[in-house]
Formats: sequence, C-alpha cells, structure tokens
Amino acid sequence: MRTIFRRAPFQRALGLAWVIPALALVGVFVYLPLVQNFGFSTLKWDIYSGSQEYVGLENYRKLIGDPVFWSSFGNNLLYAVVSIAFQVFGALLLAALVESIRSERWRRGLRAVYFIPSAISLTVAGLLFYFVYEPNLGLLNHALDAVGLGRFGQSWLGQGDTAMLAIIAMSQWQGFGYSTLLFAVAIQRIPSEIYGAAAIDGTGPIRRFVHVTVPLVREMTGLMMMVTISGAFQVFNEVMVMTGGGPDNSTQVLGTWLYRSGFVRNNFGYAAAIATVLFVITLGVAMAQLWVTRRRRVEW
Amino acid sequence: MVSRLGFLGVIARLFMWVFLLGLAVVVLYPLLWMALNGFKTNAELFGNPFALPVDWSFENYRKAWNRGVSNYLTTSVLVTVTSTIATVFVSAWAAYGLTRVNIPFSKAITSVILGGLMLAPTVALVPLVKMFQAMGLYNSFWALLILYTAFRVPFTTFLIRAYMLDLPREVDEAADVDGAGRWTAFWRIILPMCKPIITSTILLHVLFAWNEYLFAMVFTSGSGVQTLPVGLTSLMSKHGTDFPVVFAGMVIAAVPVVLLFFFGQRYIVKGLADGIGK
Repeated sequence: MRTIFRRAPFQRALGLAWVIPALALVGVFVYLPLVQNFGFSTLKWDIYSGSQEYVGLENYRKLIGDPVFWSSFGNNLLYAVVSIAFQVFGALLLAALVESIRSERWRRGLRAVYFIPSAISLTVAGLLFYFVYEPNLGLLNHALDAVGLGRFGQSWLGQGDTAMLAIIAMSQWQGFGYSTLLFAVAIQRIPSEIYGAAAIDGTGPIRRFVHVTVPLVREMTGLMMMVTISGAFQVFNEVMVMTGGGPDNSTQVLGTWLYRSGFVRNNFGYAAAIATVLFVITLGVAMAQLWVTRRRRVEW
Repeated sequence: MVSRLGFLGVIARLFMWVFLLGLAVVVLYPLLWMALNGFKTNAELFGNPFALPVDWSFENYRKAWNRGVSNYLTTSVLVTVTSTIATVFVSAWAAYGLTRVNIPFSKAITSVILGGLMLAPTVALVPLVKMFQAMGLYNSFWALLILYTAFRVPFTTFLIRAYMLDLPREVDEAADVDGAGRWTAFWRIILPMCKPIITSTILLHVLFAWNEYLFAMVFTSGSGVQTLPVGLTSLMSKHGTDFPVVFAGMVIAAVPVVLLFFFGQRYIVKGLADGIGK
C-alpha cells in the first residue's frame, strides 16, 4: 500500500521541492536576464531619465561601424592567442617537466608555488603589476636597469603599443599555474604501465612527451583550450584595475567597452548589443567544449 | 643511472632545474615585493625597490585598516560566508533531487541547471542591474549574495551531482528500510557521505566569492557594501599617493586565500580537476 502511494504522481511531484530553489535562482538571475538582453539591445535607452525607444537593429549597425568595438574584439583575440600559447601549450610542457621530477615533495612544492597567483584575486594581481610596470618605482624598469638594459625601460601601461601586452603578460603570470596544475593531474592519470613500456623501448624523454603524454592528455588540452578562449573573451577585472581601458581606448576589451558604454556613457541598449556578441562567442565555445566531452564519452 | 643518463642528460636536467626554479622566483618575487612594500615608507618605495624596509612597523596596516579596509574585510567575510552556505545547500539539494529521487522532468531540469555553466555573467549584466534596481536591492549586500549564489549553483551542482551519481544505490534502499524519510536520508546519510566533494565546493566557492570583481564593482558603490577587491581600487584612487598603504591592503586581501589554498590544496585540486573534465 505504502509503495503504491509513494509512486503516485503527487508524491513524485513533491520531489521537485529538492530542485526548485536551484531552478528558481538560475532561471530568474541567469536565464531571464539573458532573454531580456536581446530585447534591451533593440532599445535606445537612457537609464537615468528612463526614456526607452525602440530602434530595431540600430545598435548592431552602430557596433559594426564602431572602431573601438573592433579594437576591443582584436584585444580579446590577442588575449586568447597568447593565453593558448602560454596557458595551454606552455603549461602542458611545464606540467610534463614538473611531473618528470622524481621527488614527490619537489613536484608538489613547485605545483603549489606556481598556483599561488591564481589563488589571489585578479584585482590584487592587477594592482601589483600596475606597480611592477610603474615607470618610477616599478620593479620592471629597475630590473632592466640592473642588467644594463635600462634603455628599454618605459611607461609600460602608459602608452598604447605596450599597455595591452603588459596586461596580457600579467594575466599569464597569474594564470599559468592553474592550467599547469590541471595538466599535472591529467598526466598523473596516465597509467604508469604506458610510461614503463616506453622506458623499456628505450624511448627518450622528448619522444615520450610527443608520443605518449601529448596524445594521452589530448582531451584535457581540448578542454583547456575552450576554457582559455572563453575566459579571454570575458576579461574585465585586470583591464579595469590596471588601465580602465586606456590610454585612448587602446586596452579596451569587449567587457570593459560594454561597461563603459552602458554605465559611463549611459547607452544601455548599445551595451546590451555588445553583450549579445559576447553571448554568441561564449556559447559557441561552450558548445564546442560539450562536443569534445561527449565525443570522449562515446570513445570510452 | 648517471652513466645511462650521459653527459647531455645531466646538462638537460640542469637546464630544467634552472628553468623551473627561475620560474618559481618569477612567481614569488613580485609577491614578496608586495609584502615588503607594505612595511615601507613612501620615500623608501620610490628609492631602491629591491631594498628591505628600514623599519618593520605595522603603521601602513593600521592606516589601511582605518581607511576602510576593516569595512571591506567585514563585507567580504559576510558575503563569502553567506553565499557559500546558500550555494552549497541549494546545490546539494538539487544534486540529491536529480540523482537519488525519482522526480518528473529530471533530465530537462538537469540540462537547465547545468546549462547555466555556459553563460557568462557579463552577458547578463545590463538586465541584472535593471532587475535589482526594480527590486530595490541595487547597492546592497543582498545583490551580491543572490548573484554569487545564482551564478555558482550550476558549477557546484555539477560537482556534487557527479559525486552522488557514484554513491551505491543500496544506500537509499538501506535508508528506506530504516523508514527514514527523504529529508532524514539526505541530512543523515547522503550529505555526510559527500563530505569530500562538499569540502571541495566550499573551498572553490570561497576563492570565487572572495576574489569576484565584476558584480562587486557594478552592484555596490557605498563603502558599507563594498568587498575587498572593489575596496582596494577605491583605496588606490582615494589615497593614490600613499602607495605603501595600498600594498598593506593588498596583503590583507591576499593572505587569507593563499592560506586557504595551502591548507585545502588537496580538495581544491580535486574540485578543479573534476570540474573541468569529469
């Protein structure tokens, strides 16, 4: 009797109570704004006076003609390319080096040290490097001086042609330990018999890396690539803290340009249009990531 | 071993160690510099940047504390603690409902909750501001609590769900025989069994909430509701010339999470690894 009652639809529906808080939070604060954003992107909207006017695709048309939008997009792209080089391929190589150390204590210690910058906030890291790059008291110019390269010293964040690269360099410093750690975990999961077999064959460390490690962590490499690209298009914190998008908009990225358009220049419809572009990019990357994971599941 | 490694092998290993240790120095030195600068005077800071502080006084820390850092720290602790509790419970409930309870539409609900992982917070920014203004929660502690919870529930549910899926079915049957209701079974049996993953999710959420900047910056402006990351930037802009005080504030913001990482390393690594590729 009891079991029959338990299976009754009412009882089953009661089980929904477990998931309702999560559903409500995600639905109202994650999905709903996303849908609203499309609508907002068709408005000319002044949030202070509250005036809203439907302008169709006008914001998107303006976007296409906006040089700062394109330079922001280019900066995000540069961010992605450099981060893939250092935080995916560089980190994979580094993880393989660290994991080749025989002493467990050294392996653990190095992984932990490399990770420290990822534990502190991008705000602290960004402020720290603001000072590292500072022309008068900064470490970088003084270090260049100390090794006789003082003539290369400059105001790294103060000029358009070095500012973006300086921010990206800081971000590599902050993030490489995180991906190194994840690659290390992936390498540890490779069955030791495979390395044993390679050692018996007399395979050297470089060939072992190319023919054993790289193919066997391929899936992690794919995932890290997606995470890195997606992250590169969501950059906001470090740019805001270090340059605020300047000088002369040279370090503007999509996130900061969105913020500036909406909250400083009071053009929320335009900001929403930038958000739509970000949405398409990040969703595309997420879909690719899903595809990588699914394919693996089929293979196994 | 050395003979088999050969001369070239020894050289290669030497280079490797120089590289690995050099990289460690590149990571640690700026952090050390930051910590030392918190003890310097402005004149020392602008002198030789490699020098040690002359007088190890906590004066800059005291100043930083009085210029708002105490408020920022309190807000950060409050937001971190409350949003951690909310996120972990809401996610654990959802994970339990999706894995151990027979509920209608469970597949669709799973996709909806985990699908939230794919959406970037920046995209939702403009509508969220309007929404929170309409609710009268703009520029309040509640905005951060709600947003940190809502945007981290997908990831946290993902981790806990994966763990619960691996728990044996017999556990629920045993609970059923004991006559324990769902509620009791969750609190007394399933949740304690999930302790390792719960620890991971707590630590990862603390790292997130402590360091988050985008929402904290957009949704708060008064010093009573600003968290440390935003507070540090106002410390910088308000007292811009007294840099050692800013360094002291940075150290105050960084130390708790670095300690957290060192003590919870095992759980953090496990959570990160499961979170990306399980």
